[in-house]
Amino acid sequence: MEKHAGFMKALKCRECGREYPLTANHVCEFDFGPLEVVYDYERIKETLTRAAIQSRPKSMWRFRELLPVAGDPTVGLEVGCTPLIRADRLARRLGIRELWIKNDTVNYPTLSFKDRVVSVALSRARELGFTTVACASTGNLANSVAANAAAAGLKAYVFIPADLEQGKVLNSLIYGATVVGIKGHYDEVNRLCAEIAGKYPWAFVNVNMRPYYAEGSKSMGFEIVEQLGWRIPAHTVVCMASGSLLTKIHKSYQEAIKLGLAPEAAYRVHGAQATGCSPISTAQKAGLDFFKPVKPNTIAKSLAIGTPADGFYALKVMKETNGRADDVTDDQIRDGIKLLAECEGIFAETAGGVTVGVAKKLIASGAIPADDAAVLCITGNGLKTLDAVAGHAGSTREIKPSLREFESLLDAETRTLARA
Amino acid sequence: MPVKVHIPTPLRKLTHDEEIVSVTAATVGGAIAELQSRYPGIQERLTDETGRVRRFINVYVNEEDIRFLQDQETALPDGAEMTIMAATAGG
Repeated sequence: MEKHAGFMKALKCRECGREYPLTANHVCEFDFGPLEVVYDYERIKETLTRAAIQSRPKSMWRFRELLPVAGDPTVGLEVGCTPLIRADRLARRLGIRELWIKNDTVNYPTLSFKDRVVSVALSRARELGFTTVACASTGNLANSVAANAAAAGLKAYVFIPADLEQGKVLNSLIYGATVVGIKGHYDEVNRLCAEIAGKYPWAFVNVNMRPYYAEGSKSMGFEIVEQLGWRIPAHTVVCMASGSLLTKIHKSYQEAIKLGLAPEAAYRVHGAQATGCSPISTAQKAGLDFFKPVKPNTIAKSLAIGTPADGFYALKVMKETNGRADDVTDDQIRDGIKLLAECEGIFAETAGGVTVGVAKKLIASGAIPADDAAVLCITGNGLKTLDAVAGHAGSTREIKPSLREFESLLDAETRTLARA
Repeated sequence: MPVKVHIPTPLRKLTHDEEIVSVTAATVGGAIAELQSRYPGIQERLTDETGRVRRFINVYVNEEDIRFLQDQETALPDGAEMTIMAATAGG
């Protein structure tokens, strides 16, 4: 046990409340419930004020007291503080008064929200003395572990389904990580990793380091609150794979209220899935508090988790906040990607298409009222999943280097527009 | 032929550090009862008050999640492997 645990007090089982020391451990010995970090909020309150936060460097670590490392962070010091964009053009298309995009497609260094969780997990792994890190990933996490481990001088093993998008595979290989492609779904990758984690003394960011890792997602919520001028948005739409991000956005809002950073306000957190892998949204729509695992089949590979580890808690958060879940087809996902790109100049990966597509449905159905304000959490960059939109984004018009040819092309286009 | 049951780390204190134990039960539910008779206390760790496998435990028979099969009624054919694992990983 460390002498100084920072602002952390213990790990605690979310099911039965048993407490454990702050080691690399994610499971309650008694009932297998997930462990979560407990903080000393009284002490945090003394230092974490709006003024203190605003005086700190622009990274997720400006909320350092609420992130689970004992000492100063050592990995990913530049992560976070991504733009929150007022999306008026998209708002008009979706039919809502006020819309914001939390744009983690430009998160540093690997262009997805996963840099947030990895920054925490690797900083904590180092504190606990690990020199090798690993993960089970649908792609973005693998990229982030590979890159951040390289920069920190840690050895990395990343495990992914063998059929991932080429962009995501290369984005892990380039950093020198050992990339293991498993012939199977993510859930099978995950299962194998749980076995490997039991046998090798590695910091598996989303297995034995999961209680620390998952807390990194809260930074996305803290930033939204600060960027909105210290208020919690009435509606937040979050894509769901394991469901962890959604639960942590909720937790970040709760902590912001508890610490007096934002006034108490009613808010709803909504969940978005792909129809081809929708265990959580299917359960939410049926009014259930448990889900049935599925075998994924969707272009949104980053969300293709058929047995979501935080599915129960994601359902609970939506129930508590009066949030809703929905899901969209592969075609609707591509439409969502194009809509975001054409309206706001943001190219999101498939998960972003899921979030936009579901937001559109929730606004159309009135679940998100047209005169309200909503934030869409866009979690990853479209350059990583080019395969998903190739052939669906139009094609280049090829001509000879001749002004005459260009003008006849322009002429044809004007005629087409006039007919439309 | 008996069925091999893979015991997860948190339960190995009960199985005297045995990682794999053999049972002769014909179903997953039967295997849990057989484990209980040999390692008293293991059943309450695996199942909740209604007798169902706890929600943060995944059980696999020959690599398939029993929720895609017949849950606790899932048959254990001769030589099958049953794996018990914590569910809170990943994502």
